[in-house]
Amino acid sequence: MKLTELNDGERAIIVALPDGEAAQRLEAVGLHVGKEIEKISCMPFGGPVTVLLDGRHFAVSHGVAREIEMKSRACNK
Amino acid sequence: MSCRECGLCSGKDAINDNKANLRVLLMGNPNVGKSVFFSRLTGAHALSSNYPGTTVGFTQGIIKYKNFCASLIDVPGAYTLDPTNEAEEIARRIIGEGADRVVLVIDATALERNLVMALQVLAYHIPTVIALNMTDEARHKGILLDVEGLSRELGVPVFQTVATTGSGISELVEGLVDDAAVSSINEMTKEERWQKIGEIIANVQTVTHRHHTFLDRIEDISANPLFGGLAGVLILAVGFAVIRIAGEGLIAYVFDPIFAKLWLPLLDAMKDALGDGVVRDILIGKLFDGSIDLEQSMGVLSTGFYVEFGMVLPYIISFYAVLSFLEDFGYLPRLAVVFDALLHRFGIHGYAIIPTLLGFGCNVPGILATRVLESERERFIAATLISVGVPCVSIQAMLTATLGGYGAGYVAAVYAVLFCVWVLLGRIMNLMLPGFSPELIVEIPPYRIPSLKAWMTKLWFRIKGFFLEATPLVLGGILLVNILDMLGVLEAVGRFLAPIFKGVLDLPPQAAVPIVMGIFRKDIAMGLLIPLDLTAHRMFVAVIVLAMTFPCIATFVVLWKELGVKRMLAASALMMTAAMTTGGVLNVLLRLM
Repeated sequence: MKLTELNDGERAIIVALPDGEAAQRLEAVGLHVGKEIEKISCMPFGGPVTVLLDGRHFAVSHGVAREIEMKSRACNK
Repeated sequence: MSCRECGLCSGKDAINDNKANLRVLLMGNPNVGKSVFFSRLTGAHALSSNYPGTTVGFTQGIIKYKNFCASLIDVPGAYTLDPTNEAEEIARRIIGEGADRVVLVIDATALERNLVMALQVLAYHIPTVIALNMTDEARHKGILLDVEGLSRELGVPVFQTVATTGSGISELVEGLVDDAAVSSINEMTKEERWQKIGEIIANVQTVTHRHHTFLDRIEDISANPLFGGLAGVLILAVGFAVIRIAGEGLIAYVFDPIFAKLWLPLLDAMKDALGDGVVRDILIGKLFDGSIDLEQSMGVLSTGFYVEFGMVLPYIISFYAVLSFLEDFGYLPRLAVVFDALLHRFGIHGYAIIPTLLGFGCNVPGILATRVLESERERFIAATLISVGVPCVSIQAMLTATLGGYGAGYVAAVYAVLFCVWVLLGRIMNLMLPGFSPELIVEIPPYRIPSLKAWMTKLWFRIKGFFLEATPLVLGGILLVNILDMLGVLEAVGRFLAPIFKGVLDLPPQAAVPIVMGIFRKDIAMGLLIPLDLTAHRMFVAVIVLAMTFPCIATFVVLWKELGVKRMLAASALMMTAAMTTGGVLNVLLRLM
């Protein structure tokens, strides 16, 4: 499941980041594999996805969010 | 205690005399209040802001406490020293050059992420103190931190601070001088680092439940697709209304009286002293029934000064007052999110909305602000779009003056046309230019009620920047254009181009000279176009062409400086083509109607 496919308000864990430079920037701000985040919203017309990580908001462009692989906590159990 | 309070040395002298041979680095993630620390520690002011990435390049000041005197370097905010952008590259370079002390600012509300760079910095083994900043905000968020535990884990002193109020700063400075310690933490791999961070967080941080505050709730609203978009439009509309009311108020009650009571009498005295001649023509300009008309005399000191300081400056003040408020409030990154989908299609990401908004005040700082964008390609697109499609205060004054008499509809139509041009040109450039556009990954800072002092300081810095960066170029440009005009050069160019203006734009030959001059001086354009008594449609076309060309010679110079000759010429060619095409198309459309 990709980050863009989560419902608004749904929490899930990051499983894989896209290749290349984007991953470095995601990790730098704290969005790394294993972190649980909440998808807040997605702007229309291919706009950025806003996520909540440890009480802080981040916006990630649609192109990158489409490539972030997520799994829900339920699957874990 | 800050340098200003101590008063033992003047910061400038210390830099000049090289007394301060100790080097202290101020480091931290973006948006942790580092710039506020800088101004607290040195007494000098760096531009502090709520928008990540405004301090690329670095600022230096003097920190003085008892016998300790050192130069303090405000290192650009970085998330990591494995650089992912220019600011982080610069940060790594600065610490790589070595230092005697480091003040590491850590945001208590986001300890985990801040520890990434903290561990990297500590591995350089420079004596360090940590400022655990925003501890008040962390408490509100229900985050409890064991400060002593953190200090033990990292092996350096940790001080709780609230930079905006100054709480904890004097303890920090004392600690910096007396207790700064070298940590035993060594360089580690990415995996080791995350593991270490996990351990530290487990040991020192407790998160408790807390209630949503009012600011949280509006944060949620502005992330909502529907309300976020609507709020964006509404905030911009209200913002521009406030700018207009404040600007007109400043003109009517402050600037016009100053010009009428102080400046005009001075110019009158000068006019009499100079007598007839070239110098008077350049400085004062034409006389009407023997007296000076500030709007039409066209001299450097008469119309030049009046337009720059009497009409543009008041709007610059009100414009930056509103923009700085929105910036400190934390709204601008949200605007970047709202606009990202649109701007992404132009090959620039949502960040570019900030320079674009700045451009509505004056294109010069707007184009300078494109430095926040990452690639050359983005900067070219953004700068060209600003100079062609974003009307600065001066252009807006011109179009109200020339078209207002024909009805407000024409003025509104100019804005609509400029918007369409902006969209189309952005699309075209993105399709034509090689390369790709980088993706937006940005932290959205929480809303904060701006402090009055920080807001005033920033406003003052922006206005000072306008004076230093734009004004000399504008006045120099006016002087140059006046000389060219007196030599008959502009008239010759105008006459040479008249057939083109006639053929493409259907404008009478008399309009050619005002347009050529207007490309360099919008103030002249209004003075010269109004007496021509053009039909509404012709005036509309003429104004569109003028609005799409460079606001003034200063924009031209700043594009040159920022983009280099080749790209500047490319931007100019695009601008002329776009202006003539738009004018031509509108001319045909209007005739069909």
